[in-house]
Amino acid sequence: MSILEPEFMRLAFASGTVVGLLAPAVGFFLVQRRLSLIGDGIGHVAFAGVAGSFLLGISPLTGALLASVGGAAGVEWLRGRRKAAGDQALALLFYTGIAAGVVLVSAAGELNANLFAYLFGSILTVTRSDVVVVVCLGIAGLIVVGVLYRSLVAAALDEDAARVSGVPVAQLNVFLAALAGVTIAVSMRIVGILLIAALMVLPVTAASRVAWSIRSTMLLSMAIGVASVLAGLTISYYANLAPGGAIVLVAAGAFVLASLGEALLS
Amino acid sequence: MSLAVELRDVSFAYPHGPAVLRDVELAIKPDEFVGIAGPNGGGKTTLLRLILGLERPQQGSVRLLGEAPERLTKRSRIAYLAQRAQLGIEAPATVREVVTAGRTIARGPFRLLGAADRAVVDEAIRRVGLTPLTTRPLSRLSGGQQQRAFIAKALAGEPEVLVLDEPTAGVDVEAQAALAELLEKLHEELGTTILYVSHEFGAVEPYVDRLVLVSGTIVFDGPPSELPAPWHDPSHVHS
Repeated sequence: MSILEPEFMRLAFASGTVVGLLAPAVGFFLVQRRLSLIGDGIGHVAFAGVAGSFLLGISPLTGALLASVGGAAGVEWLRGRRKAAGDQALALLFYTGIAAGVVLVSAAGELNANLFAYLFGSILTVTRSDVVVVVCLGIAGLIVVGVLYRSLVAAALDEDAARVSGVPVAQLNVFLAALAGVTIAVSMRIVGILLIAALMVLPVTAASRVAWSIRSTMLLSMAIGVASVLAGLTISYYANLAPGGAIVLVAAGAFVLASLGEALLS
Repeated sequence: MSLAVELRDVSFAYPHGPAVLRDVELAIKPDEFVGIAGPNGGGKTTLLRLILGLERPQQGSVRLLGEAPERLTKRSRIAYLAQRAQLGIEAPATVREVVTAGRTIARGPFRLLGAADRAVVDEAIRRVGLTPLTTRPLSRLSGGQQQRAFIAKALAGEPEVLVLDEPTAGVDVEAQAALAELLEKLHEELGTTILYVSHEFGAVEPYVDRLVLVSGTIVFDGPPSELPAPWHDPSHVHS
């Protein structure tokens, strides 16, 4: 039987392609600003959102979206107002998110195997309505990244100079964090809440090894992201493995290959 | 014509700290090339932060291009080259990408760059002599060439006031002199007001119109030729 014959695989590939493009595109700016771990923190808050959705009887995607965008904006506000140092703000996000998630999910009586699908990804859980939401939000996210690309690069290159010359750096930071929140919410079905941050970071670090400019780093990381998702989904289909783990291991393999390539080139 | 920079009776201290600057009076006309020097901890960078509106004085007033700096209507009239300007990113940024970022800052976050903007970027790169290295990543350039790229980035915004905070930190003496010479040339060609803050002002002294020495307050303000003889050696000023 062809891998594309079952509908769930077609849905997984469709949403996976969008996720593979969006995650490194947003992660690119997080990595450049040395905020690689923020994706993990937001993922923990998204877990609380999914748990809350079980309790409220709403869509897990909606719950994750609301929680992760809210959490992302909150951590950026804390960092921006210097209410907490960057790592302290992240720690607050990590631990509050996971604790709230565990409390809410146990209150909803959903502490079971179904939860694993959200934490580590599951091809079978992707529905048609999910794909519609993922594709729409994913394309919207990519358009926003495209429009703000130059400004985000300018702010990342020299935040002080950008701020002095009137670039709304604080607002851009909140916007970027919110985009990270959207990316995590739309990616959780395929990659899983606990692993999506890796797909935002690993393709970018791999591309940085062999790229020759900012633009080429960005485009290469998106190509590596899509290739990792498609290869990981294929492996998980044939080997009956959790897709999130397979996808992230392929991305880690790309990083190793790129590092070898860099060593050969130099 | 209003002054480019004006400080009247300015005093400043950071929270819970002693006064960093006291009773500072400073007036800088448009088109002046001013070197601001002084010992470490003397308040040079704080003075710049007050001028740029990044800090507010506890006493006195600051005006930048005739307006309160924190409420400046068009901030892209100011270009700032921060202390130890380095790339804030891991990706290999080319000279063109860095300089284009300067144009993006000036045009605003939502404006697309057109052919005219690209011409301004090319011209800024040409002015600092980096045209043959346009597509080369900054990480493969010398310290002096990297500083030139950052100055081109600032010029790409076509600023009225260019502020440089210790731009030659970590750069050798020849590169410092070359940079000061380049700034003098740009100052003559473009008429931009330049504020050049430096711990080691020896390299820039021959090129500036005016030297301001800061050590808690302004201890000297005038042409370098009027600087008391012992002070020409930076080590005397720092003691």
